[in-house]
Amino acid sequence: MSKLIMNRRGLLRTMGAGAAATLASPMFFTRGAWANNYCNDPTASGKIVFGFNVPQTGTYAEEGLEQLKGYQLAVKHINGEGDGGLLKTFKPLALEGNGVLGRKVEFVTGDTQTNTDAARDGARRMIERDGAIMVTGCVTTGEAVAQQALCHELGVIYMSGLTHGNDTTGKDKRRYGFRHFFNAHQSGVAIAPILGQEYGNDRRAYHLTADYNWGWTQEESIKAATEALGWETVATVRTPLGLGDYSQYLTPVLNSGADVLILNHYGHDMVNSLPQAVQFGLRERQANGKQFEIIVPMFSELMAVGAGDAVKGIIGTQNWNWQLEDEGSKAFTQSYGAEYGEPPSQSAHTGYVQAILYADAVQRAGSFYPPEVIKALEEFEFDGMGNGPTLYRGDDHQCIKEVLVVRGNENPTSRFDVLNVVGKTPRDEVTYDPAIFGGELGPYEPNQC
Amino acid sequence: MNTILAQLLNGLDKGAAYALIALGLTLVFGTLGVVNFAHGALFMLGCFCAVAFRYLLTIETVSVDPTQLSPWGQPVQVRTPLVQDWLGDFGALMVDYSVPFSILLTVPVMLVIGIAMERGLIRHFYKRTHAEQILVTFGLAIVLGELVKSVFGPNPWPQPIPSDLRGAADIGIWLGMEPRSLTYPMWRVIYLLFSLAVIGGVFAFLRFTTFGMVVRAGMADREAVGLLGINIDRRFTVVFGLAAVVAGVAGAMYTPLLAPNYHIGMDFLVLSFVVVVVGGMGSLPGAVLAGFLLGILQSFASMTQIKTFLPGIDQVIVYLVAVVVLLVRPRGLLGRRGVMEG
Repeated sequence: MSKLIMNRRGLLRTMGAGAAATLASPMFFTRGAWANNYCNDPTASGKIVFGFNVPQTGTYAEEGLEQLKGYQLAVKHINGEGDGGLLKTFKPLALEGNGVLGRKVEFVTGDTQTNTDAARDGARRMIERDGAIMVTGCVTTGEAVAQQALCHELGVIYMSGLTHGNDTTGKDKRRYGFRHFFNAHQSGVAIAPILGQEYGNDRRAYHLTADYNWGWTQEESIKAATEALGWETVATVRTPLGLGDYSQYLTPVLNSGADVLILNHYGHDMVNSLPQAVQFGLRERQANGKQFEIIVPMFSELMAVGAGDAVKGIIGTQNWNWQLEDEGSKAFTQSYGAEYGEPPSQSAHTGYVQAILYADAVQRAGSFYPPEVIKALEEFEFDGMGNGPTLYRGDDHQCIKEVLVVRGNENPTSRFDVLNVVGKTPRDEVTYDPAIFGGELGPYEPNQC
Repeated sequence: MNTILAQLLNGLDKGAAYALIALGLTLVFGTLGVVNFAHGALFMLGCFCAVAFRYLLTIETVSVDPTQLSPWGQPVQVRTPLVQDWLGDFGALMVDYSVPFSILLTVPVMLVIGIAMERGLIRHFYKRTHAEQILVTFGLAIVLGELVKSVFGPNPWPQPIPSDLRGAADIGIWLGMEPRSLTYPMWRVIYLLFSLAVIGGVFAFLRFTTFGMVVRAGMADREAVGLLGINIDRRFTVVFGLAAVVAGVAGAMYTPLLAPNYHIGMDFLVLSFVVVVVGGMGSLPGAVLAGFLLGILQSFASMTQIKTFLPGIDQVIVYLVAVVVLLVRPRGLLGRRGVMEG
């Protein structure tokens, strides 16, 4: 019969081995070990569900429905269907055209009604009922900020859609939120040199601003950029969101002493305000010895089509335009045109790109575990998506890329040929210090939903 | 001075729209005693008469030209409007002036809708309480809105101003001022004149025709007119149709100013009720006076100089005035004793 004899050295050795085994044990089963540690883990449910939450009704329904088309096309391409679209030009590409990590992607859709509360409720439903691993889509900054905050809380990544307000990746930024679309600050920086060149440095500007989050940041950014040019701001007037008749706000412009009207409006607000401003004869007017000008800092093709002839000659900025000549833009336009019979809008483009970028980040991370995917997206440098070399900045999750300056086409050849690209402001010039807008990204570790 | 004149013009323009909508509303209340919350829906239906008219005019034949490819790789579609094909230049003119021409469709359609609404639903609620009338007509407004939504979708339908009537009218010259010192959008001036013509027409109709005289007598004492052997109900049915036509043409002509969607009636409903209440329930001159008064006040409240001292005043001025008027004159500006009392 042997006796168990444990000396001091043996005890220490045994304790050390035990501690090491305890610490290392999750590493032996990495994917399985995390299986139930985050929301809607596809390894547990067996399904990869993307949630596309866009306005399908309400003020920005048209933009939302376009975005949805972009998402649906992206899922096709991720799953290896269709002509592959931007997967042919996107570099560096990890996706293999067979879904994500070898499994096909499914999706659910929601209608935000262009309403912040409905957007938040829809995102929650997608996560809690439909098991969405990623939520994406919006056409207002309000929708983006609301969904981003909710997704961060529930530990689900949110890839915002069309949101241009500074707050999305500024004071309201979140670790779980990412924006491909440019922002109001970048619009201001991009458009200012062209405005100086076209209209001179001695101008008096009158702002009409949609009275909500995006409008305020847009006004602030454009005001700062034009005042830096030497322009004087005569007045900044807020208009209710969704207002139809702007006549009572346009009448005071006539005798205000301003020679430029800046419309910080988007979607149907702009579709109503710009033609009404033109009807008021502002563009035929002389003020301070100069030709009166109208500026719409943020444009979309759908708005331009809606505004009709009023858009001719008006300067603004865009995130992307289907008439760009780079290989990525051409590939996407061809692919989208073949699918839907018309060229894509910037709303469709940003939605498409966001879905692809998320899927690719999962593929590169080799896991759906959100902190790993977030790290794969942060500081990710890519090209071939139609915006030139692009950086997904880690500090605020804002894509840094060139910004287009566009002008309403004077002689359109079709109803889609409404905006001409008149300038591209290089990425370096629209790069800014993320600290200027404040905000905290928060932790990587996910909460349980 | 130019600023004041411009704001006044804007106030008259806004007031014309308010007065036109409120006129039909108060006409129905004055004759039938019905609080018609579906009146906004009639305005909306008028808007969609203009939309439908243009839609029909712009039906195109679409042929595909396989020899040409669009930049997105699809064969180019060649579209030809049928009306232009059939009627040549007159067809093109009709497409261009689709909104004014749509009045030809709007008047009969709205007359039929108005009469059908009164005969089919409203008459069953004459003897019910105002609360019940409000509930049923509000429900009807929702149903009509949803019907339009199911046909035309949820998004607005912009309608163009005829090409000759775009841009601004030089009002300054008309007033003997410097050229271009006072300009105002041409279509808004036309809408103001159109509204004045319709308001004048309704007043003339009620004032100078036998039919109108009977209706006014019926408004004053329905039973006495009935005892004279006159079928006042039938005349009131026609008045309901007339109110629907007024709301409809107001809507059709408004479409170039604001792209209509299925909800546009609701947007105007609250404001037109305020106008009717301020003017005095059932008072036609009261509705017109209140419409213009509130339009002008709203316009002046939007001036930067005023908003600097009172931020947001432009959004609440109409309701503030309504409160003050009702405190000082509970029957409204030109309201009659006994209407909606007791």
